[in-house]
Amino acid sequence: MSSSLSLLRRLDLQRSVIYVGFLAIFLFFAATLYDDGFLTSRNLTNIVLQTAPATIMAIGLVFALSAGEIDLSFGSVVAVSALSAAVAMQSFPMAVGILAGLGAGALIGAMNGILVAYLRLPSFLVTLATMGLFAGIARSMTDLRSIPVLNDTFTGIFGSGKLFSIPSLVLWTIVAVAIGHIVYRSTRFGAHVLATGDNARAAQVSGIKVPRIRLGVLTLCGTMAGLAGLLYAGRLQAAKYTLGESDLMTVIAAVIVGGTALNGGKGSIIGALLGSLLMGMLNNGLILMGLDVSDQMIVRGLIILIAVAVSLRDTSR
Amino acid sequence: MNLQAPVLSLANIHKAFGGIVAIEDFSLDLHAGEIAALVGDNGAGKSTLVKIVSGVHRPTSGEIRLDGDPVSFSDASSARSLGIEVVYQDLALADQQPVYMNMFLGRELIKPPFGLLDRKRMHRECQQLVDELDVRIPSAGSVIRDLSGGQRQGIAIARATHWASKLVLLDEPTAALGVAETAKVEEQVAALKEKNLAILIISHSLDQVFRLADRICVLRRGQQIGVRETAKTDKNEIVSMITGVSGKS
Repeated sequence: MSSSLSLLRRLDLQRSVIYVGFLAIFLFFAATLYDDGFLTSRNLTNIVLQTAPATIMAIGLVFALSAGEIDLSFGSVVAVSALSAAVAMQSFPMAVGILAGLGAGALIGAMNGILVAYLRLPSFLVTLATMGLFAGIARSMTDLRSIPVLNDTFTGIFGSGKLFSIPSLVLWTIVAVAIGHIVYRSTRFGAHVLATGDNARAAQVSGIKVPRIRLGVLTLCGTMAGLAGLLYAGRLQAAKYTLGESDLMTVIAAVIVGGTALNGGKGSIIGALLGSLLMGMLNNGLILMGLDVSDQMIVRGLIILIAVAVSLRDTSR
Repeated sequence: MNLQAPVLSLANIHKAFGGIVAIEDFSLDLHAGEIAALVGDNGAGKSTLVKIVSGVHRPTSGEIRLDGDPVSFSDASSARSLGIEVVYQDLALADQQPVYMNMFLGRELIKPPFGLLDRKRMHRECQQLVDELDVRIPSAGSVIRDLSGGQRQGIAIARATHWASKLVLLDEPTAALGVAETAKVEEQVAALKEKNLAILIISHSLDQVFRLADRICVLRRGQQIGVRETAKTDKNEIVSMITGVSGKS
């Protein structure tokens, strides 16, 4: 009886960590940075706009981690996709650019996936290698030059545009989170992803095509990184090899803080969204506080460490 | 389909891995409502035999018949689709998922129009099933890792029972359980007989085998030593068949 009580408490804590943490940091910044304009709608909207690419990548990563795999290469994929789209749009219509960006992401993801699913190489090592590989390719694609994106329709859809006075990056976030959540929670694919990450042998003897699931989640990760690349290119109206470079830690932290287990079988898309917004809030708040870049990095690193420790403590027991 | 034919008929099954013979020549007929036990020391070939019947391995030679029809399994799912279910030693449960998702693992129910999971219905049907089989768990929505070993075993058996239409294979179903939990699982296995399923059970516990099985089949180093009716044999005879040391016969 007492064990089932403590169990209940543990489950509750586990679920609420991200909500409590999110609220606590929000209130802290709201109180201390009120005069610096943290609470203005413009600043809050800005946080959402800035985190949109990270949120999109976080959705892909939730699927990969839930299936017991990891993707470290998505940061490099962002740059390759953004550059592919920008280069394509220099001589072809916008649709070709979008296709090139998403296609590059999907292809790299599928390559990761094939190596992991069918050659049974560990995803940690495969994607560590492809991270370096595609970071190099992104640099050599345009000789380190940045490519401008001048197509107004493109920058509208993926950057500064609005629909019914809602910024397009907010819409992308909402749509991706909604679809991601439904696929994760309410489709066979989502259930099979969780089963594969939880107990791959059990999944396999239950008739789930485990390799196909592994290929699927890593391809999804690459595609989401491709979409994130388009969003960066749209917002900045240019593509450069540095895009996505610093997102690896942020996105992994967002996903873990949001309640997704590092070793598979458990996760949350809504949690990842909140985790991503939390990281954006930290970024924003620390800048408003007037910390210089090195202090920002230190404080952010420490806060992520604490957040990850708290959220992992009860998942791994 | 022949109603008189045994549910499972193995004829001269031979299995070699490279040059190593795992099963020499094995034959067994198993009828509906019958429990046969497979006993033998480690490495006798019991698990290989289970894997052959469940479609994981293919026999090098020999014939498998289901209800009199010769079958050949390409993999585990093809055996499953013919009504054969296995309760694995490690239970093959996804620990962080709820009971009902495990019950429907790989066969999740969906609802129109979008083909989304029908969690309510899976929950409800699973609850009915565990109630029916008297598996005492807090709820069909409980997460597996919060359950005891006996409860998990109960769920694995309930799952096999639910989906099997012909044959259930049990690989050491009580190896990790305490006395009370073992008794409960044995009740469940005995109840499978009434559902007119054929049951093949591997167990190291001769006491258990004598309590449950109608017939006992002994393997030693891949050789089929013999099949005895439980009522017409005793532990001494079975032990001497397992070890190869002839007692008084």
